[in-house]
Amino acid sequence: MARGKITISEYYCKGCELCVSVCPKKILKLDESKINANGYNPAMIIDEYSCIACASCARMCPEAAITVERID
Amino acid sequence: MSVVFQKTKGLTDNKTHYCPGCSHGIVHRLVAEVLEEMNLLEDTIVVVPVGCAVLALNYFDVDAIQAAHGRAPATATGIKRVHPDKTVFTYQGDGDLAAIGTAEIVHAAARGEKITTIFINNGIYGMTGGQMAPTTLPYMKATTAPLGRDVNIQGYPIKVSEMISTLDGAKYVERVSVNTPANVIKAKKAIRKAFEVQQKGLGFSLIEVVSSCPTNWGLTPVKAMEFVSEKMIPYYPLGVYKDETAEEAK
Ligand SMILES: Cc1ncc(C[n+]2csc(CCOP(=O)(O)OP(=O)(O)O)c2C)c(N)n1
Ligand code: SF4
Ligand code: SF4
Ligand code: SF4
Ligand SMILES: [Mg+2]
Repeated sequence: MARGKITISEYYCKGCELCVSVCPKKILKLDESKINANGYNPAMIIDEYSCIACASCARMCPEAAITVERID
Repeated sequence: MSVVFQKTKGLTDNKTHYCPGCSHGIVHRLVAEVLEEMNLLEDTIVVVPVGCAVLALNYFDVDAIQAAHGRAPATATGIKRVHPDKTVFTYQGDGDLAAIGTAEIVHAAARGEKITTIFINNGIYGMTGGQMAPTTLPYMKATTAPLGRDVNIQGYPIKVSEMISTLDGAKYVERVSVNTPANVIKAKKAIRKAFEVQQKGLGFSLIEVVSSCPTNWGLTPVKAMEFVSEKMIPYYPLGVYKDETAEEAK
């Protein structure tokens, strides 16, 4: 299975958790250790090695805050 | 490394004013992706509504005009007739399209105007604080139906895709949702099809997107998407309601 790398833009993220709810690998969560400039806990990845580059998180993000790359 | 997904050039760099998890943002992105992929960004004019999406003109990286409440299809009609070479679309909520603007959308479709309408059905007046819309579900609560919509008093919801599809000028009508990643992919295909109908000059096209308003529904964004799946979609079935693209091609 493909391996992926995602980048979440803290600048745009509003902590809505839609990405968290759809990730098939359950490797996303909100970072409760910080609050971004928008006033929310931004999303973060907790296990970078398990991402399969499916882009489900990016498709659900209303802020277009997620970039997905495939590691070939 | 290869990029699988990145933000489309069809959106500006502005942060949106939408509440966290509001599906307006997902639909904006899909429309912008389609316009970028069809190479239409330089030639498109969006008519934005009155409603939360009134500020969409700050987010779509295309030319834009804001219409009086519900009158976007009339404004778009004028623009398209003067500039038939431009791609013209309206982006309207259910209060805008199915309440104050019912006459405009029905007659634009009946006239077969060569415009596209993206219709956001979130079952509520979002911008003004959660009043009942024509699309509010039976028993669903709104600030103007605090005990829930009673069809004996407030009547039945309007099923816009079904209604518009009866009009001969409407050539492509599909109802989609953005409640799951799979449905987001389907919604994008539908939006592309609608713009292709306009490109071919076939007539009117409308895509209804069954959407969420977490703030006025009083639900978290994730719970609001579950409400879309469990309550909204059963009442507003997804699918193609009108497709006269094949017929016209003959
Ligand atoms: C002529 C006129 N009447 C009423 C209003 C008040 N108003 C502003 S937005 C709105 C309804 C918006 O609801 P909808 O179209 O569903 O958009 P949403 O915010 O849910 O996306 C109303 C009634 C207005 N601005 N102008
Ligand atoms: S690309 Fe897929 S696997 Fe990777 S974080 Fe996003 S949803 Fe999870
Ligand atoms: S879907 Fe987007 S805005 Fe929402 S938490 Fe995830 S990255 Fe942030
Ligand atoms: S009020 Fe509802 S429709 Fe408007 S931005 Fe907030 S969640 Fe979206
Ligand atoms: Mg609405």
